[in-house]
Amino acid sequence: MIKVSKLSKIYQIGEVETVALSNVSFEIKKGEFVAIMGPSGSGKSTLMHILGALDLPTKGNYILDGESVLNLNEDQLAGIRNRKIGFIFQSFNLLPRTTAMQNVMLPMSYAGIEKDKRQEIAKKYLEMVGLKDRLNHTSNQLSGGQQQRVAIARSLVMNPAILLADEPTGNIASAQADEIMKIFEKLNNQGHTIIMITHEADIASHAKRIIHIRDGKVEKDEKN
Amino acid sequence: MQDLFEIIIEGFQTLTLNKMRTGLAILGIVIGIGSVITLISLGQGSQKSIENQIQSLGSNLLTISPSRQNSGGVMGQSGGVTSLVLADAKAIEEKFSNTLVNKVSPEYSNRSQVVASRNNSNVSVIGVYPTYAEIRKVTMDKGVFISDRDVSSMTKVAVLGPTTATDLFGETNPIGKTIKVGNQTLKVIGVTVSKGGSGFNNPDDMIYVPLTTAQKQIFGRDNLTSIAVEAKTKEVMVQAQDEIGYLLLNQHKLNSPTDADFTIMSQNDLLNTVSQVTGTLTALLGGIAAISLLVGGIGIMNIMLVTVTERTREIGLRKALGAKKKTIITQFLIESILLTFIGGVIGMIFGITVSFLISKVMNLAYVISLSSIALAMGVSSLIGIIFGLYPARKAANLQPIEALRYE
Repeated sequence: MIKVSKLSKIYQIGEVETVALSNVSFEIKKGEFVAIMGPSGSGKSTLMHILGALDLPTKGNYILDGESVLNLNEDQLAGIRNRKIGFIFQSFNLLPRTTAMQNVMLPMSYAGIEKDKRQEIAKKYLEMVGLKDRLNHTSNQLSGGQQQRVAIARSLVMNPAILLADEPTGNIASAQADEIMKIFEKLNNQGHTIIMITHEADIASHAKRIIHIRDGKVEKDEKN
Repeated sequence: MQDLFEIIIEGFQTLTLNKMRTGLAILGIVIGIGSVITLISLGQGSQKSIENQIQSLGSNLLTISPSRQNSGGVMGQSGGVTSLVLADAKAIEEKFSNTLVNKVSPEYSNRSQVVASRNNSNVSVIGVYPTYAEIRKVTMDKGVFISDRDVSSMTKVAVLGPTTATDLFGETNPIGKTIKVGNQTLKVIGVTVSKGGSGFNNPDDMIYVPLTTAQKQIFGRDNLTSIAVEAKTKEVMVQAQDEIGYLLLNQHKLNSPTDADFTIMSQNDLLNTVSQVTGTLTALLGGIAAISLLVGGIGIMNIMLVTVTERTREIGLRKALGAKKKTIITQFLIESILLTFIGGVIGMIFGITVSFLISKVMNLAYVISLSSIALAMGVSSLIGIIFGLYPARKAANLQPIEALRYE
């Protein structure tokens, strides 16, 4: 499903070179639930950007779902993000003053899916995350946990190869965080591949495999 | 790619979120388009009014007036040129009355102090033949116009223009009253119907007297200040102009047209000159208004740049979810076009209303050309594209990670 080999990312600011990632290699198979852990500044955010096709590595190779995500232009990367990756952000990133339905329909409209179909699919996934009676609530009318569930529904509608969650419970009260993690476990049981970035050990403990990153290198890769 | 209709609806919703800002951004375009439409309409309206007025002064009209004589590089007499005389008018009538010319009207006009009981006014006094009324389309409101008998027996009578009549007599009927022109006392025998003119040589502010009375008794001159000739048809105007020219050269014993001590102006010459002047004026006014439109466009660009900065995170998210550059550009371009187009529509309504009101108040013809409306709509949309393109491209070129990190 995912294969990264000898991935390096070097930022050059003036004369100074900063190595964010060096020689990172691992493989993630279909249906895995992987947590990427590391302290801040460890390079886990950079790794997540590259895995999410938001950024390109300086060196190395990245194959996602059989496609090499290198030498692609911006619009091709946008296509990869649209079809193969479902993003779940720490700060939810829903469009302000826009209904849950509209938010969930957005990736499908970029894919050119017809409106009737979009509504049908969006409704199905919002029901799945338990927001059946919140379809037309706008973002500011929803709690943090509810907003994150809208974001999860949004990440699922394109039926992506991987779900990429960046500190998904970072901005949510702990009771609701448990619910979010239960949804992830359920999704994983249904066969979804999930990669979750976090620095909290108890959140990472829900995953079946943990990759520890430190100073831009894989420090430890263990089964949970 | 979402279909265009959805993007337009979405853009519309975004714009209604911040009504104050949207309103202010639109205002610049409203004023710009409104003033372009108003000024062009007023320019064309006054052009039409002036043309109507010129045409109301008579049709197929040739006006002969004396001009300074140039002989051998030496300027002839300056000041009152007296080259035109009654004999010239008679000669034209005799020679062409059955072929090229309908009527001939010899005229002498000058300004004079006019007194009626306690009122006192400086008015243009014009000595005429009865043909004047026929050629210049003067009709009578009260009483009668100057007759052939008045001219031949040099009667001391006067016909007043309506403005002069009210100036001198107020609301009372002036027929039968007397006025004093120079040192002559004249009896008022008629008042003309208003032609709605204004300014210099206003046909409503005039006193008509028999030509002989004006020349011999009031002003003591024997030249003419103009001869008006009505050609038989529009088609013979040019021929009449030429033939009368040669006749008058003969009359004045001059050899070549360059020596001519008179000019013959046809109404078409006058119309062309006026159209040219007012056309230039309209273009100038429109140009000035276009500057305000440009300023409005810059206002739109400013607002769109602010919007792009404010919505950096939103743009980052959209790109993360798979929006391509083209999609982002379309989204922001649609928003700026919506702004300018709505501004254009409101400005158009505003301009049409204002120019209608002004033309009513100023008594001008009301002209709204379809082309100026189409132009305004086209230009306002174009402004949306031109001034929206830079902000939209800026939005589309944002890097998704940078944009997502933006606080």
